[in-house]
Amino acid sequence: MTVALEARPGRSRPSLVGHNLTMASGIGLGVSMLWFSLLVLIPLAAVMVTASSGGWAEFWRSITNDQTAAAIRLTVTAAAVVTLANIVTGTAIAWVLVRDRFPGKGLLELVIDIPFALPTIVAGLVLLSLYGNDSPLGLHLANTEWSIYLAFLFVTLPFVVRMVQPVLEELDLEVEEAAASLGASRATIFRRVVLPSLAPAIAAGAALSFARAVGEYGSLVLLSGNLPFESEVTSVRILSAIENDNQAAATSIAAVLLVISLLVIVALDVLQRRVARRG
Amino acid sequence: MSIDVSGVNKRYGDFVALQDINLSLPTGQLTALLGPSGGGKTTLLRIIAGLETADSGSVVIEGVEATRLPVQKRNVGFVFQHYAAFKHLSVARNVAFGLEIRKKPKAEIRAKVDELLQLVHLDAFADRLPSQLSGGQRQRMALARALAIEPSVLLLDEPFGALDAKVRKELRDWLRRLHDEVHVTTVFVTHDQEEALEVADEIVVVNEGRVEQVGSPDQLYDEPANDFVMGFLGEVTTLGDLRLRPHDIEVTTSPAPAATQGTVTRALRVGFEVRVTVSVPDQDVPVTVVMTRTHARALRLEAGSAVWLVAAEGATAVTSSRPSARPSVEPVAG
Repeated sequence: MTVALEARPGRSRPSLVGHNLTMASGIGLGVSMLWFSLLVLIPLAAVMVTASSGGWAEFWRSITNDQTAAAIRLTVTAAAVVTLANIVTGTAIAWVLVRDRFPGKGLLELVIDIPFALPTIVAGLVLLSLYGNDSPLGLHLANTEWSIYLAFLFVTLPFVVRMVQPVLEELDLEVEEAAASLGASRATIFRRVVLPSLAPAIAAGAALSFARAVGEYGSLVLLSGNLPFESEVTSVRILSAIENDNQAAATSIAAVLLVISLLVIVALDVLQRRVARRG
Repeated sequence: MSIDVSGVNKRYGDFVALQDINLSLPTGQLTALLGPSGGGKTTLLRIIAGLETADSGSVVIEGVEATRLPVQKRNVGFVFQHYAAFKHLSVARNVAFGLEIRKKPKAEIRAKVDELLQLVHLDAFADRLPSQLSGGQRQRMALARALAIEPSVLLLDEPFGALDAKVRKELRDWLRRLHDEVHVTTVFVTHDQEEALEVADEIVVVNEGRVEQVGSPDQLYDEPANDFVMGFLGEVTTLGDLRLRPHDIEVTTSPAPAATQGTVTRALRVGFEVRVTVSVPDQDVPVTVVMTRTHARALRLEAGSAVWLVAAEGATAVTSSRPSARPSVEPVAG
């Protein structure tokens, strides 16, 4: 690339000090930044600006409103608990899929992705018919906070599995054998050799799972009944704020969720680095 | 005897990997398991280590019945072809791994790790990650890691297989010197006969799941038990009913007693040596002769030259008249 540029006479470009981008990577970087700004940065900034338009007091009043605070608490708690559950079960499912051979494995591979592929409102319908008031299982979770946990668990199931699976497939079995020959038990091998390699993938899956849960709407809206102080989540709260023409309140809640998600992602990354280095 | 393997069999489905292996390896020796790929030598090594279980037979290590012991309890050091480094741990912590598992005091671990890193010449790299080392350095780290647990036997699976030729040769010499220093019973797998001949005290030739021959490098080279061993340890050519090494054929440009007449079809020079192909009237396959460049020049050999071939005095040869049976080995008389 550089050679081609230099070969063209009369087209010398002053090189930017401290940069060594070729034209292709310069364009690449430009397009990425533009795209990222249009789709992510500008909308996020708009949310923050709208949220702060009424001033700090207004913002604080919106989010400390009892009903809103309860919704934020429920959403974040449920998302955190579900993410923790996914870290354990997701890793276990990925392990089984990669390391074990059993009849029906191909089918399980396929089924894992259903929560991904299913339109969330369809998922909501499925959950309603299984755990609603006419539950064939005798489980009546409608209009309780447990319906939120259930919906979160359902839609976030694939994230950790799908992040961990390819990493696990690439793991060198000889490394585990080497650890065994040095006297490490299976549990020790998992903790000190396998887990550090999986940590980045687990953290990435957990971050996706948490973010998805915090914003979930379709799958829970039917089953939860959206009872204030009981089963109302933030996405429902934002919608009702908009419906009441209170955009400032809606964006305030959104801003809080944004900050929490960001903090969780950073925390997961820090944790992941620590695990990956520990061994 | 440090390692006693008796009556070991191993199958993978229909494939017979090992067939009735009986082997005794004395303490303190450096033994090579030599053979072609897929011949079962790695399987045998892994069975000795406990990474694989035999279908039948027993393994005794240093007098301890180990057949049913898991790899963790066998106290063997194992070195893999592709290093199997713990990528997230520094070189020092890789080496310390086995000692940490054994819950040794910190000070003792540090002293031992320092000593081993010096032994493998990696003391300057203690805090690097494996990814920052070259292949040869990684393999030396793997060796230090295996030696840290003071294993009763050290097992190496194609330890230099992934390295380039030069590093491979260096590491080979170094392994020999290290063994003379540390004296731990060592078994290494290789498919490179030069490596085995150069490094090992004793060579076990393994082929198609069976042991073909056990002996010192000299014994194997000079008295191969059969055609396979002869062929595997070096190049072989056929002259009349003899199978012998191409450098063990004497070439003259005038008739000699008991010599076979032939015509040079090709003379290929590779560095200091010349590989001469000679077609012989009663033989389908041409004879290959290897000689030095100087010798070839003195004889003025070129395509079309008439030559007379005779087995050199004292050449190692097997008669090829009974190809399926194990042919007798006899030194050729002048």
